[in-house]
Amino acid sequence: MSGRVLVGVKRVIDYAVKIRVKPDNSGVVTDGVKHSMNPFCEIAVEEAVKLKEKKLIKEVVAVSCGPQQSQETIRTALAMGADRGIHVEVAGKDYETLGPLQVSKIMAALAKKEEAQLVILGKQAIDDDCNQTGQMTAALLDWPQGTFASEVSLDGDKVKVVREIDGGLETIKISTPAVLTADLRLNTPRYATLPNIMKAKKKKIANVKPADLGVDLTSRLEVLRVDEPPQRQAGVKVETVEDLVGKLKETGRI
Amino acid sequence: MAALFKARKALGLCLSGCRSLTQLAELPDTHQILRQTCRDYADRELMPIAAKLDKEHVFPAKQINELGAMGVMAMEVPEELGGAGMDYLAYSVAMEEISRGCASTGVVVSVNNSLYIGPILKFGTEEQKKQWITPFTTGEKVGCFALSEPGNGSDAGAASTLARQEGDEWVLNGTKAWITNCWDASATVVFATTDKKLKHKGISAFLIPMPHPGLSRGKKEDKLGIRASSTANIILEDCRIPLGNMLGPRGAGFKIAMQTLDSGRIGIAGQALGIAQAALDCAADYAHKRTAFGAPIGKLQAIQFKLADMAVAVESARLLTWKAAILRDSKKPFTKEAAMAKLAASEAATYCSHQAIQVLGGMGYVTDMPAERHYRDARITEIYEGTSEIQRLVIAGQLLKEYQS
Repeated sequence: MSGRVLVGVKRVIDYAVKIRVKPDNSGVVTDGVKHSMNPFCEIAVEEAVKLKEKKLIKEVVAVSCGPQQSQETIRTALAMGADRGIHVEVAGKDYETLGPLQVSKIMAALAKKEEAQLVILGKQAIDDDCNQTGQMTAALLDWPQGTFASEVSLDGDKVKVVREIDGGLETIKISTPAVLTADLRLNTPRYATLPNIMKAKKKKIANVKPADLGVDLTSRLEVLRVDEPPQRQAGVKVETVEDLVGKLKETGRI
Repeated sequence: MAALFKARKALGLCLSGCRSLTQLAELPDTHQILRQTCRDYADRELMPIAAKLDKEHVFPAKQINELGAMGVMAMEVPEELGGAGMDYLAYSVAMEEISRGCASTGVVVSVNNSLYIGPILKFGTEEQKKQWITPFTTGEKVGCFALSEPGNGSDAGAASTLARQEGDEWVLNGTKAWITNCWDASATVVFATTDKKLKHKGISAFLIPMPHPGLSRGKKEDKLGIRASSTANIILEDCRIPLGNMLGPRGAGFKIAMQTLDSGRIGIAGQALGIAQAALDCAADYAHKRTAFGAPIGKLQAIQFKLADMAVAVESARLLTWKAAILRDSKKPFTKEAAMAKLAASEAATYCSHQAIQVLGGMGYVTDMPAERHYRDARITEIYEGTSEIQRLVIAGQLLKEYQS
């Protein structure tokens, strides 16, 4: 086993920022807005670094697809303990239409090239909430997948994954190489330590173009319109339970 | 030949000036990541509890441990001794971000870094560094600095605490006042007179573990601000320590104290910047949300002028702080700039927190908003580690030296 883990990290608008829709409804305002690493990607990086600290794997490679600024996101992963980074350059129009299908093709190509033992991704990104990249990557590679992981245990060439599902928790055992996606309760990501921030400066980030990996970035999706959620309407106070039932029937709720 | 040397020297100065200038305008990459990391920590772990820490006067032990794990409690200390091995520019950036979350936590960090570890790192023997610095890098233990006395603060040369040698021990007697971290510290750097006839040249520095026989701590002061950090007297009554606990040469105490405070000023400037920025953030956010006369109050010129003046005060103090830090990191003289930074930043903190309350109106006066805490926290920055009056004397002294023919 190569002992190499690929971790995907996505640069998204920071979770604390108040999102504003562009006046032409073509998307959201991103210029001058604070961006940071997708929180689920942070959890994925933390899990990979923990596996390395337990000496169960040998190398953590952080991958990000996007414009120049994605390198900052890779550097944050390096400061958390990843060993090296790969920046897949996607800019301009290609970046605007970049989605899970293209990213999973890129991740699959890199996983093969790097002979990865595991690919760990966040379960979804907080900007598009697609929750597809992990599953698509596994399918393209024909690898097993452990998604919505709240617990991961690596044992030789097998991985035990406890998954958070609607009904509760499901435990599965899959063989490596495999794709895992991190859910909220998998771990609590560490704050980068200052010595690691200094060391991150010296770690390498390789530059790769999607074409080099044989990936076609054409999107099959077209965003027609982006709107704000509807404004919350005021409620109505009623006096009795009968009134309440009446009102609910009136508005067709029951 | 001489002209060539002069020209090359001038070019060198110009280039190093350019490098510093670029650093002033934009922090280097590592420092930007550091700033973001500290800001995230302050936003998530300090800001939510700052009001509670202040109200209940609780020392943030868990947070200090976490900051220690990150390397923030010993930023300048080399990695071999357990520190983060970073420069003073990084330290001043970290201080600002931490203090923006909680000013009390900021002062605990500052005292440990600049006032306790600082002099030991500079003047201690290798053995002293291992014994007195390494355990204090993780956040598990913090140190303190005992210079002021009930009888003298600004008049540091008049230290009445005495140290006499008895065989293979030093015996200390006296009282030290206003010691930050007092009740939470595990060691202190103490200044005492070893030779009264030599006046300020007869003061020496000592290292004392806490607790220790002969050392007792006075009652916790009930302060206006930075209440999560404990402040009290240290009383020394025939306190006996080994001879090896003297820090630096005999009689060098005053020099050690002054040089330590020079660097400490940059840390406190960082703390004051954090408080000023937090006050500005509070006011600007309120200006967007509060409506009066039919529009957000941010549309009114009176409010805009206040916010603009606050922003200028903070940014100019920040650049002074970064400059002082860069000069120190380049091993150039920085006494004047450090005093200017501390003066500017502390006055910016009191100005901004005062104006922030004004912008918030009645809401600024109640504990529901953090503005009143920033106002109370800011006040001390103009007093400790050298009052604003002392800073002016230091600046004038350095300035006049430059003009001497």
